[in-house]
Parts: sequence; structure tokens; C-alpha cells
Amino acid sequence: MRFDQRHLLGIEPLRPEEITTILDLADRYVALGRSRDKHAQSLAGLTQINMFFENSTRTQASFELAGKRLGADVMNMAMQASSIKKGETLIDTALTLNAMHPDLLVVRHPQSGAVDLLAQKVNCAVINAGDGRHEHPTQALLDALTIRRAKGRLHRLTIAICGDVAHSRVARSNLLLLHKMENRIRLVGPATLMPAGIDDFGAEVYDDMREGLRDADVVMMLRLQKERMDGGFIPSEREYYHRYGLDADKLSHAKDDAIVMHPGPMNRGVEIDGTIADDINRSVIQDQVEMGVAVRMAAMDLLARNLRANPKTLSA
Amino acid sequence: MTSTLFTNARLIDPEGDTVTSGAILVEHGKIREILTQAAELSKLALTAANSDSVRIVDCGGKCLAPGIVDIGVKVGEPGERHKESYGTAGQAAAAGGVTTMVTRPDTNPAIDTPETLDFIRRRAADEARVNVLPMAALTKGREGREMTEIGFLMDAGAVAFTDGDHVVTDTKVLSRAMTYARSLGALVIGHPQDPGLSAGAVATSGKFASLRGLPAVSPMAERMGLDRDIALVEMTGARYHADQITAARALPALERAKANGFDVTAGTSMHHLTLNEMDLADYRTFFKVKPPLRSEEDRKALVEAVRSGLIDIIGSFHTPQDEESKRLPFEEAAAGAVGLETMLPVLLRLTHAEELSLPCLFRALSLNPAKRLGLACGRLAAGAPADLVLFDPDKPVVIDRFKLRSKSKNTPFDGARLQGKVLGTWVAGQRVYEA
Repeated sequence: MRFDQRHLLGIEPLRPEEITTILDLADRYVALGRSRDKHAQSLAGLTQINMFFENSTRTQASFELAGKRLGADVMNMAMQASSIKKGETLIDTALTLNAMHPDLLVVRHPQSGAVDLLAQKVNCAVINAGDGRHEHPTQALLDALTIRRAKGRLHRLTIAICGDVAHSRVARSNLLLLHKMENRIRLVGPATLMPAGIDDFGAEVYDDMREGLRDADVVMMLRLQKERMDGGFIPSEREYYHRYGLDADKLSHAKDDAIVMHPGPMNRGVEIDGTIADDINRSVIQDQVEMGVAVRMAAMDLLARNLRANPKTLSA
Repeated sequence: MTSTLFTNARLIDPEGDTVTSGAILVEHGKIREILTQAAELSKLALTAANSDSVRIVDCGGKCLAPGIVDIGVKVGEPGERHKESYGTAGQAAAAGGVTTMVTRPDTNPAIDTPETLDFIRRRAADEARVNVLPMAALTKGREGREMTEIGFLMDAGAVAFTDGDHVVTDTKVLSRAMTYARSLGALVIGHPQDPGLSAGAVATSGKFASLRGLPAVSPMAERMGLDRDIALVEMTGARYHADQITAARALPALERAKANGFDVTAGTSMHHLTLNEMDLADYRTFFKVKPPLRSEEDRKALVEAVRSGLIDIIGSFHTPQDEESKRLPFEEAAAGAVGLETMLPVLLRLTHAEELSLPCLFRALSLNPAKRLGLACGRLAAGAPADLVLFDPDKPVVIDRFKLRSKSKNTPFDGARLQGKVLGTWVAGQRVYEA
């Protein structure tokens, strides 16, 4: 079992065996979460601060629950309402928090790279809970765990990632992770929502949803953010739903046992048909939420072990 | 009378495209004679040695070249003196072999009236020991709505007119300003960039920017901006210089404009010739420049364009920024890098890699910018001002940003191991820097 990271800033620096390490441990925490006594002591005595510079309900709740189940003291800071509004820079905020000696800092920020910047300035372990359009590593890990449990493996699968790839940190992290684990990845969506340089990503690109889903094992839908519709990326919601919304007809092109995923929150009737989302035979969307807590427990546990093994990085 | 004899030098002559051993005799601030024949040299050295009025500078076999004319230097006056003053910029320039700083008008307030221009000319005269030639804004407040008093500003000493990185989007305003400028023979400097496409972008679109999740612009935006400006040159007959060409895609448009005989020249920056987008790595904001760093293919194409002469001028685009404006998430961080002091050693990378010859480098650093602005300097020729830089192209140096003379330390080359050191700089025959 190897996990050599000090922070979890993205999927990019992880080796495949480190990903497997997180997922194996997360499997055990899934079992813990389903038992009557949900407590473990891996983070006992440690302080976890959740700093969310961008609104989030589910991710923050998931991190909070993960920390509490492992015995950490968890504090939530809603940064949007705080001193950042008073003109304090990100680095000053980081230094202020650092002085409180947290052990784990969970950060979400609307700007790509902001979490990397913050990680350079603090002594604790930093977990990226989503930075701009860059990465959202725990989402990709929870998706990987969901796939592995549903499909029995995490390699040589055909996985279609559909929708707003250009603006999605979820898509980037998933692409990196699934690529490292040697899967066949398809990116499906209108060309306006595909990032530049997409041809170099090692993925197949489709603008026709039915072709893109053909014989797929996994259909991963992305959330279409409302602001993209105003930005002129797509002509209208209804045209988008017609061409890229996941409905029974489009899904019928995937394998019969293909699973449907969505990172939430969903826009029913925009990127996904409500009945598909609720179909317990196809949709693993609720499983993803459960895996999210387990994966975050595993990631924080592993980072805490490295903190303890290397006291130099512990806040003195 | 005082004269100075620079002996035992390798003379870098961008005009003749030669490197020769020889000496230069300087009198009254001007180059009196270039001596390359052994017989002449020994005779002169003998006379000089016996004369009290001739100072001898032994160049020790190192390179002596015409001082650099750097178009596009930002000094923080007025408005941001805490980032750079004429004093500190002048010291940095002297230490970098830059003998003429051509300064940008994108200050606060913008240099758009003869009065502000006069203010900075006085500041420069008081504080800087190198030549300072100011540029003025093309439109009032650099807002792209009304042209400035181009005539008065020229009388006050403006050598060119530019709104810096503010693109004049209204083509009617720009065409009138260019027409008016043409009638006065004024040089208009544009920033070729389509403002719609490049809005909000901080990187060049491609795999790297996509993986980093940074808002990015296609290099095609530069081509579009250049095409538009060239069409306006064709329409108005203005003298036009593109401040920075940084993308391979823009080069054919530039080539066509020159082939068509338009009065068009182009520059590029030291950073785009020596760095590429991968240098941003994990969001290193000291590498954030405008336009953003490009691909390695672009960089190579730019070097070749400098070599062939398609790109005329290399500048540092010296842009001082304090720590506060750089220590921010990449998108929010200020763009720009200081370069006056590091430009020569950094660009010598290209000569060591045998991508450019020394005379070719100084054609782009000294001769061409001087010619474009109608200055007599920039050459090693009798009668030219004795603006000279003596440097050792092989001496290893390690850049330490905290030792830079600029008030701002935002160089992307901190810690870089380079080869090349400026040993001395002279302006009108007066020594302004000694290593």
C-alpha cells in the first residue's frame, strides 16, 4: 500500500497505485458507514477546517461528515461571507488560518490554481474540493469507486463523459483518473463545450450523443451550469436537451448494463431525463453520494498518516 | 577635450553583420572612428598612451556593441512610483546595457497631454542616467474614444503613439487617429489582438491551458488584430509598428504587409523568444505576461522570424509589479515581468544555442529600434552617439531577483543559470554602469 502525497490537490500527481490505495481503504469505510456504529478514530485529535469560497452544500456536508466519522474536530468556514469580502487576500486568509494549527484544510475556490497557491503557504495537508475549472479530485475518486463497485473493475471500460466538458473540473479530474487506470474515454458534447486542445487528451470526441454512447459501459453526465446558457455556448435549453439530454432513447445505444452517473446537483429535463435519473436499475447517482463520504474519509485518513509519519509537516 | 579609446574589443556590428576585433575612438560623446586594422591600432594606441587627454578602456577581448534601445518600458511614474521610478528603472537599464528606454504611456494617469509628458521628461532627466524617450497615448485616457493632441505631444518629445495593451476597438476612431498621425509623420504602435476573443483570457488555448483550467485565447486573436490594423494602414497610409507579435499564425500576415510595401514593422518580447506556456507549470504568476506565453512551436517560429528580419525589434516589455499584485490566484494576478536588467543575458541563450548570431541579436535590440524611431544611435559607425555596452557573452551568471535594481522583483528568471554578463555601459561616451 503506497500513498506518498502531502496534499491532495489533483488527480494529476497521483500514481495508479495511489489511486488504488485510496479506493481500497474507501471500500472499508463504505462498510463502516453502513454499520450501526459509524465511528473510527483515525483523525482523533486533528483539526479539519473546511474553507469554501464558493457555494456548496453537498460537497461540504460530505467532507464534514467524513471528518466527524473519523473523529476530527471539524470547522466550517463560509468564506463568501467572511473577510475575503473585506479585501483580505487569499494568502492572508491562509496565513491566518494556518496560525490556528489545523491539520487538514479542505478548500474550494472559484479560481483555477487557487488551492495550489494556498497549499504553498500552510503547514497542514490541503485537500482540493474543487478549484475553478481545474480539478475536483475527490469527485473523480468517488466516481471511480462507484464504477469499480458496480462493474467489478476499473480498467478496460468504455466510459462516455457527456456535456459541458470545457468548464468542468469534474470532467478534467475524471479524464485524468480514468486515463491513468487505462480505460477508453469518450467525450460527448457540442463543440462549444469542448476544451481547446481536446485532440491531445487521449480521448475520443463525439458531437453526436448516440454515437458517443454506443456500447458504453458507463455514461457520466455533467451538470450544465445556467450561466453557460447565457454565455452563448448553446442556443437554448430545449435544443440542448433534445441533442444532449440523456433519455431512454439515447441511453439505449449504450450497453444494456451501462450505469448512469451524475455529480449533482441535477438539472432534470436539461441534461438528464428525470425517469433515467430515478431508474434504480441504471442510475448510480445515490451510490455516488455514499461513496463520496467514504472516499473523503479514506483520503483524509491517508493524508493524516503521512502527517504523523513526517512531523516536520505537522503544524508545530 | 576628452576622448576615450575602447581597445581590444570584439566589435558587434549589426549594420555590417560582422564581429571583428578592433577599437573605437570616442570624442565628444560620439563615435569618431572604428579601427579594425592592426597597423592603425598600434599607431593609435601608441599616440593615446602618450597623451593625457585620451582615456583608454581595455575591453579585454570582450564584446562591444551598440547600446540597447528598448521600446515599451513601463516606469511607474506617474501613479505607481512604489513599483518603479525613473531612478530605479534607469539603474536597471544601465546594468542591463539598455542605453535608451522608450517608455510606455500606460501610467496612471495616462501620458496623454503635453503637460504629463513634460512632467515625466523632467523626472527622467533628473533621475535616469540613460536616454529616456517617452511615448504618448494615441487616445485620451487610452479609452479609445478621442485622439490625443498628437501634434503638441510630438512637439513635447513624444516619439510614438500607443494605447499600450488597450486595443482601440472603434475602427472609426482608430482610422482617424492613424490618418491624423500620418499627416504629421507620427509612428503609431498597435497591440494586435482581437479584443472580443481575448477578453478574460490569461493563457493560450490548448491542452496545457485546458488541463490547468485557465481561461485561454486562441493565438488566432493576434492574427485577427494584426490583419485589422494592417487594413487600416493600407487605408490611411500611417506608419505602424506592432508592439508584440507572439504567435506563428500572425507571421504570414506580417510578411504579406511588408511584401506589399506598407510602412509596417513588428516587435516581439524577450519572454516570448525564450519561454513557452509550459513554464507556467503550477500557476507561476511571474510567468503571466500579456499576450500569454505561447507554444514551443510559436517560440521557434518567432526566433526564426527575428533571424530572417521579419520581426524587426526585440523589447523587454519591462513591466514592474509588486509582490501583492503577483501573489494571487493566476487569473487575478497582474500580468507582466521586469526585464531591463536580464534581457541581454536571457537573450544570449539564443546565441549560445546558435539560433541567432550576435550581430543579428543587436540588429533587433539596437539598430532596428533606433532606425524605426529615427535615432542616430544603435550602430557602431563614425558620427553615431557613443551609446555602448560591453559584455562577456560566456560568463556564467545566476539571476537572483532580490539583487535586481528594479524596485519590483517580478522576473520569471529568478534562479536561472545564464551565460552572459554586462561589464559596462556608456551613454554618449559617459560611463553609466560598471560591473
